[in-house]
Amino acid sequence: MERNPMRRQLQVMRKSLFDQGYLDEQFVQLEELQDDANPNFVEEVVTLYFRDSARLILNIEQALERKPFDFNKLDGYMHQFKGSSSSIGAKRVKAESTLFREYCKSGNGEGCMRTFQQLKKEYATLRKKLEAYFQVARQAGPMETACRPK
Amino acid sequence: MAADSEFHVLAVDDSIIDRKLIERLLKTSSFQVTTVDSGSKALEFLGLHEDDGIINTNTPSVSPNNHQEVEVNLVITDYCMPGMTGYDLLKKIKESSSLKNIPVVIMSSENVPSRISRCLEEGAEEFLLKPVRLSDLNKLRPHMLKTKIKDHQEPEKQDKEEKQQQPQSNNNNRKAMEEGISTEKIRPRLNGITAMV
Repeated sequence: MERNPMRRQLQVMRKSLFDQGYLDEQFVQLEELQDDANPNFVEEVVTLYFRDSARLILNIEQALERKPFDFNKLDGYMHQFKGSSSSIGAKRVKAESTLFREYCKSGNGEGCMRTFQQLKKEYATLRKKLEAYFQVARQAGPMETACRPK
Repeated sequence: MAADSEFHVLAVDDSIIDRKLIERLLKTSSFQVTTVDSGSKALEFLGLHEDDGIINTNTPSVSPNNHQEVEVNLVITDYCMPGMTGYDLLKKIKESSSLKNIPVVIMSSENVPSRISRCLEEGAEEFLLKPVRLSDLNKLRPHMLKTKIKDHQEPEKQDKEEKQQQPQSNNNNRKAMEEGISTEKIRPRLNGITAMV
């Protein structure tokens, strides 16, 4: 069955996401919540994340265009963004969020801007990788069928 | 004899992702779930209005905790929310004569000891760090069982379950069997969860 090669490719992609630190244990928690009744749960949550967090990224971007910086506001947005990122196991993005918040707390505008650029890069990379991952996942089909003998 | 109905949890979180997550976690643990995105909506659902604390009996979907209609057995709420925080919500519930017996659990992404003790002092049963895991929800059932026993039998003395995982599910079964409550709903799911953990 051609599902096996897809399944293998999926495992390789998945392992790489963890090994390279894009995802952490929380992603596994999401996977454990997926079952026959909710077969696309992980993809649904991740899709929701990218949709919802795009709004926050835009808010932060706009806030960074207004000088002087409102660090409280920036920190507030990033707190929300960090929370969502943490909920889906987005490890690298979460790390950048933490750094950003530290710069907010110390009133370091330069640090905020630098970190935000880095955060956007990580976010874009993660998005691409996860989109590719779910594309393969959909083609690979549900777990059970992949394990069934011909 | 306690009613055999499922436990109903009201989950409060302003984050749409976290609402989806907590809903799935709770349903996986065999709870009935209602999610709302704010403290004020939570109070509305519970039949309480912010300003006067009077129960609105005209609203068909809500009723006081001791009716069998829409009974809420536990409120789980995020701490950081715009407007009414989880702490504010906790206070309002505990200050309400009709709602104060509903167990409240707080969730937070930030591990702030003073925040945690403030919530526990105000009457929160648990303080869970986000992201919340399936295993964390094992801590919820004892609090809901306590309330069921209180509602339907003579007053039960407080018995805080602080152990985690395996021992706790066994305690639930033992306690439930002693009180004559059906263990059907309790046993299979908890075993499933602890096995996964």
